[in-house]
Amino acid sequence: MITASTTTSPEVESNGKLTPQEIRVRVLRQDAPGDESYWQQFAIPYEPNMNVISVLQRIAAISKSQDGRKVPPVAWDCACLEEVCGSCAMLINGRARMACSSLVDNLFEETPGEIELRPLTKFPVVRDLSVDRGRIFHSLERVKAWVPVDDSYDHGPGPRISPEEQEDAYPLTTCISCGCCMEACPQFNKIETVQREGETDDDFDTRKQTAYDQQFLGPHAISQAVLFNGHPTGSMNADERMQALTGRGGIQMCGNAQNCVAVCPKRIPLTRSIARAGRAATVWAIKKFFDR
Amino acid sequence: MTQPRVLVIGGGLAGLSATMRLAELGVHVDLVSLVPVKRSHSVCAQGGINSVNAVTRQQGDNEYKHLDDTVYGGDFLQHQPPVKEMADWAPRIIDLMDRLGVPFNRTPEGFRDQRRFGGTLYKRTSFAGATTGQQLLYSLDEQVRRWEAEGRVKKWEFWDFLEPVMDDDGRCIGAVCQDMVTMKFKAFSADAVILASGGCGLLYGRSTMSMICTGSAVSRAYKAGVKYGNAEFIQVHPTAVPGADKLRLMSESARGEGGRVWVPRKAQDARDPKDIPVAERYYFLEERYPEYGNLVPRDIATREIFDICTTDGLSVEKDRLCVYLDLTHIPRETLDRKLGGILEIYEKFQGVDPREAPMKIFPAVHYSMGGLWVDYEKSETGGLLEGSPRNQQTNIPGLYAIGECDYQYHGANRLGANSLLSCIFSGLFCASGVIAGAKKNTRDETSPDFVAAVKRQEERHQAILSRPAGESNPYDIHRQLGDIMTRTATVVRRNEQLTQAYDEVCQLENVWEHCSLSDTGNWTNQNVVFTKSVGDMFPLAKLILKGALLRDECRGAHYKPDFSMPGIAATEPAEQKAEAERWCDRFEENTRKWLKSTIGVHGDDGHPVITYEDIDTTLIPPRPRLYGLVGGEVIEQVWKERTEKAVEPATVG
Repeated sequence: MITASTTTSPEVESNGKLTPQEIRVRVLRQDAPGDESYWQQFAIPYEPNMNVISVLQRIAAISKSQDGRKVPPVAWDCACLEEVCGSCAMLINGRARMACSSLVDNLFEETPGEIELRPLTKFPVVRDLSVDRGRIFHSLERVKAWVPVDDSYDHGPGPRISPEEQEDAYPLTTCISCGCCMEACPQFNKIETVQREGETDDDFDTRKQTAYDQQFLGPHAISQAVLFNGHPTGSMNADERMQALTGRGGIQMCGNAQNCVAVCPKRIPLTRSIARAGRAATVWAIKKFFDR
Repeated sequence: MTQPRVLVIGGGLAGLSATMRLAELGVHVDLVSLVPVKRSHSVCAQGGINSVNAVTRQQGDNEYKHLDDTVYGGDFLQHQPPVKEMADWAPRIIDLMDRLGVPFNRTPEGFRDQRRFGGTLYKRTSFAGATTGQQLLYSLDEQVRRWEAEGRVKKWEFWDFLEPVMDDDGRCIGAVCQDMVTMKFKAFSADAVILASGGCGLLYGRSTMSMICTGSAVSRAYKAGVKYGNAEFIQVHPTAVPGADKLRLMSESARGEGGRVWVPRKAQDARDPKDIPVAERYYFLEERYPEYGNLVPRDIATREIFDICTTDGLSVEKDRLCVYLDLTHIPRETLDRKLGGILEIYEKFQGVDPREAPMKIFPAVHYSMGGLWVDYEKSETGGLLEGSPRNQQTNIPGLYAIGECDYQYHGANRLGANSLLSCIFSGLFCASGVIAGAKKNTRDETSPDFVAAVKRQEERHQAILSRPAGESNPYDIHRQLGDIMTRTATVVRRNEQLTQAYDEVCQLENVWEHCSLSDTGNWTNQNVVFTKSVGDMFPLAKLILKGALLRDECRGAHYKPDFSMPGIAATEPAEQKAEAERWCDRFEENTRKWLKSTIGVHGDDGHPVITYEDIDTTLIPPRPRLYGLVGGEVIEQVWKERTEKAVEPATVG
């Protein structure tokens, strides 16, 4: 009989492939920003059809490390569990991916019986596997990733758009701002700003954002800039986006490693976006030169 | 006067559309959310958003028919003026979202494409692939980010709403929230507060909802005195993919694009589904509902799928209940273009390509039609009076509710692709009234009301943290609560089970009072945040069970077999007519007794106090909901004669 759950189909099991009794999970933990990180090992019973989220849920419920010590549950971010909210990106067996769509049986093909979980390394750790990805959203502000409408009153429909244009833009709009592309990018480096003694939250935020502004936008924001520059109304402030793309931390930082497109969980054509942005930047620079 | 300051709780479609409109009107908005707003649960909505459009209009459709489909689909359990206003606004809302850059699918000529959804015969649904909620949310997120860059909006992401704060006159003047990273408490002073915190599906354990849909914000408002309407009306979506951690939605758009639901006629037929000849397949929805076919309203599709597996024993698998949802007859290219997003989810999580093999699906808890009670002000034309502070306002002045967390738009059953509409509509529409009703609140966060509220929350927090180590943990309690609720308060409801479930939930609540934490620290303590949210599920669970227990009838998603009204059994025309007369008598009596909203108030003893509220049905008189009922045409005829007789004197006079 055909079953829906082919990843652990009984056939495979009856063919002698061992189903592990337990899953050993190594987690790189960190109690708070600035603290030392440390490894902790957990063991939980194996069940068919698990993903990394259900593994972490089991760990939270038992709250015991493998040696039986009572430990606080591992902190991590998640929400939708169907790879559309972008919350649960982490390093799973060393690779940046989403915990929800990482199925245990598939991971066991890489490392039988074992899973290693680490926080993303390009973002400051908040606690354990939870990291501060505020920079991702700030980069959307830097490139003005929006359609500059006059207001939200009724002005009739938007511009006519051909199915080809829609199909070209659509993949870019499915970006979930998870951070995997930035994690994989060799040009994208961690910025960790620590709140100073007596510094207000507002001042700290401003200082953090100023630090972000100096550094690489990353593939995600470049692709969003390309998306809005390609929209009939969005293109009306393309100049401002080009300024951001060609300014400090802009497109010129890209070293063309192409890691971003390889790890994107939504298979967004990021390198195509970067190439388009690069060409547009060249044209824009020449135009600027003659407009002086 | 200086512009008011508004606190919005929740950054899904409703919260973001309200924030955008308020900011545009010059208001400063503090936007509080459990997650970065771009990660809100609205991203999970797949199929589309409804409105009358240029094409359907020329096929005889209009806003009134959208209203009619919505209230008929909802079994008349909603006040009609807000629904009318929503249907009237719908075309403008789609146009607006189009202007904001939502990549709606296009026709070859470049117009927005539409597809058909459940409970209507028109193609009213605009869509962006099968990720429409994600695209709509992103467009609003972008506009709000624009206002954030201007300094008009301040986001408080990873913050948990704990309680609304009221002044001596009972007016809402702000709220207490907690930073889930630093665990610090903060009072937010505001001239008005809007709750847009979404549904409460997590109290069923696993559902199609995101892990953030705990209902805690709503429960905290309810405990603070906000009335709650129609709690027992929980939508169970017909088609979801069961998983260990959640039940993943398989959009109604799969059927809207031609997907067919079937089971093998032979129970647990072991053949490959593609090898089963058509004659040996039971397309039970199409056979039983010739007019709507696979697109009957959700409550009906859900019951049929549930029944075919449990009563008829025709589940595809023996150990795991499921039916086939089949798309394999549709060209791959069409599927990729129109349904790509959801097919990828199935492929990724099930490891099977749904373009090649039928999907295996089963119903799952999906949406809460009920929610916080909100008011409205009716206009002369039967819709709503724009700019009235009463619109979307709860019974606590200055405290508003919009989106899934209000009870206003969907009655006893929500039609597919109406939720995205109601969320954006209520958010946009309420803004002018919120401003008109805002009272300048001169108390800052150091005033005694706020200080006392923060202290109360700090004490509750500390009390939970310092509980002695016990046997039970919040994760087990949550699982048990989910099991009870799923077993007794979903597709089929029986009074003895509901009574027992209520007792079990009360006992479990006592267990929760003594459950202990595995993390007692004060930095990013997800354990304590979750524990609090589980504790806050109990008041809502009791409200759902009590409402369901008291409501002795079948209406929309609320189905009690002991009170069902079966179709016509007679075959002789005269007998059929007589039976239909009796059916209509019973229908009228039931309408008199039960066409009322259930209103729950949190009692001092922790139990809900239930009363009932009449419903404004002045636009469309209630009529029997007859989708596919045996003998429905006879009942319809009898009902028609009765209503004609009833209006005759008026038309003659």
